[in-house]
Amino acid sequence: MNIIKISRVSLKALSRNKMRSFLTALGIIIGVGAVIAMVSIGQGAKAAVEDRFTSMGTNLLTIRSGSRSRGGLHGGAGSSQNLTEADAEAIGEADAVEYMSPQVSTRTQVKYGNKNWNTSIQGVGADYPMIRNWDLDIGSFFEANMVRAGQKVAVLGSEVNQNLFEGADPIGQVIRINRVPFRVVGVLKTKGEAGGWGSHDDQIVVPYTSAQRLTGRRARLNSIEVSSFTGRSQEAKMEIEEIMRIRHKIAPGADDDFRVSDMTEIAEAAGESTKILTILLAGIASVSLLVGGIGIMNIMLVSVTERIREIGIRMSVGAKERDILLQFLTEAIVLSIFGGILGILVGIVSSKLIANLAGWSTLISMGSIILAFVFSGSVGVFFGFYPARKASKLDPIEALRYE
Amino acid sequence: MDNNNIIQIENVTRVYKVGETEVHALRGISCSIKKGGIVAIMGPSGSGKSTLMNIIGCLDNPSSGRYLLEGEEVSTFDKNKLALVRNKRIGFIFQSFNLLARTTALENTELPLVYSDVPRKKAKDMAMKALAQVGLEGRELHKTNQISGGEMQRVAIARALVNNPSMLLADEPTGNLDTKTGIEIMDIFKKLNQEQNITIILVTHDPEVSVIAHRRIYIRDGLIEREERE
Repeated sequence: MNIIKISRVSLKALSRNKMRSFLTALGIIIGVGAVIAMVSIGQGAKAAVEDRFTSMGTNLLTIRSGSRSRGGLHGGAGSSQNLTEADAEAIGEADAVEYMSPQVSTRTQVKYGNKNWNTSIQGVGADYPMIRNWDLDIGSFFEANMVRAGQKVAVLGSEVNQNLFEGADPIGQVIRINRVPFRVVGVLKTKGEAGGWGSHDDQIVVPYTSAQRLTGRRARLNSIEVSSFTGRSQEAKMEIEEIMRIRHKIAPGADDDFRVSDMTEIAEAAGESTKILTILLAGIASVSLLVGGIGIMNIMLVSVTERIREIGIRMSVGAKERDILLQFLTEAIVLSIFGGILGILVGIVSSKLIANLAGWSTLISMGSIILAFVFSGSVGVFFGFYPARKASKLDPIEALRYE
Repeated sequence: MDNNNIIQIENVTRVYKVGETEVHALRGISCSIKKGGIVAIMGPSGSGKSTLMNIIGCLDNPSSGRYLLEGEEVSTFDKNKLALVRNKRIGFIFQSFNLLARTTALENTELPLVYSDVPRKKAKDMAMKALAQVGLEGRELHKTNQISGGEMQRVAIARALVNNPSMLLADEPTGNLDTKTGIEIMDIFKKLNQEQNITIILVTHDPEVSVIAHRRIYIRDGLIEREERE
């Protein structure tokens, strides 16, 4: 076969017009670069969201009391306040549940020396750090027996620690929460923004038994937090629902008076929205790739017109239609593949630049590189075919006479 | 049929459609050309001699009639087969040289071999040999924009010769050259014909060119008007 010979002819023709070849490929370079950079932004956002959910604990389930319904009048979620410690203990026994923590929360004034701070007080069980994947910066978390005894001990969020102690060692110090003295036993690691719910770090964690004394509502829980064994959160959810329906004596078909919410659902929804963002960005970038392809077609058409005489000469010495088709098609494909390779480099560099300058996290995936490259190659074939075919269909006599 | 005939044309016509009207470029031409001669096809512009040359050169098919090249009826060939005939058996020489711009003499001469299955190294040897035949040794790597008109036409002749064709077909080969250079080109034709017995067909309206021909065919209004033989 003389494909190699024809390719050599194409390469020679391209190198004879270096500037024009580069400008033609520029459309593809920008297109491929844009696709890779845009997809890397989308993927980066997705990874960041997933990361945040993992840090909150993906196996996390929260049981809240449902809406109270009396005479057809529904209160809001949590209005019934009917979760008990006994409920929590029963849920903790479920097979798929690894850790369980009852939850009582309130918000109040905290004092240490002459400083005071208004913050959220979370009453929790001893398993709370495991459920939330949350390590301690200094000190230790309270044990189960301290919870049972209702000891007045507190673990501070890093922001509260900063505000009350300003760098001094808080361990063993006594703070007053709503005038009740609590001994500080630990400080949580900084976790950052809670995605619209304020900061995770602006809170004080105490045994829920102590928190119940602060709120004055004994035996009542705001919610129960549970983490399932890995990959068994759906199973845990069903188990919990069954236990709760039996314990709360809910007739089959009647509305539940509690609600189990599932982090994976929220994580999936968030993942879905970043996926849509990625598709949108890739779509916009693909338009520029398409425009780049049209640029190639345009230049190839001009090039065919410019080289009618050359085509005539080639035909007169025995070039077949197929040879001419192949020559011009190869030129278009070489241009777009060359553009594709440079575009990948431009895409990688610009996504790194975006990451550094805008501070967004970007993630370059091999998939987007391969996709962009394959797509640019097909753009070359698709948009190169028409001009190449036009060239190959020229009448040699007309072409030789063309001025 | 005479086996010495390289070309045998039988009652060939060629009709072009220009819009609604039909233009009869050839109205029924019959002639045969023997191997090894120089034949001049002569006639004023519009006589149909270019159309005849296109058909002889396998760039075009006749509308009716038969054309046999070396006993083979090429008038029935499709485009691809015609391209193969042009590649292997016919060497073209044009008035305006028709060389590739900004390309070396060697690459221009190699051009027909790009489209045949000759290996690259052998192609180069063949091209060098053809260039030597037209007296261009040492000029192989000169580009077409660096050489004179006479040299360009020599490159064109080398390109026509490179694939060892059965005949050379020259369309007004001296039309763009001065008298002296034109005579040099005619001498190359004469030499090729005498030394290698290559059939040469000249299409021209210039009586001075036709002096080297052994036979002159005059065309007028798409018909053979008369013939002269030496």
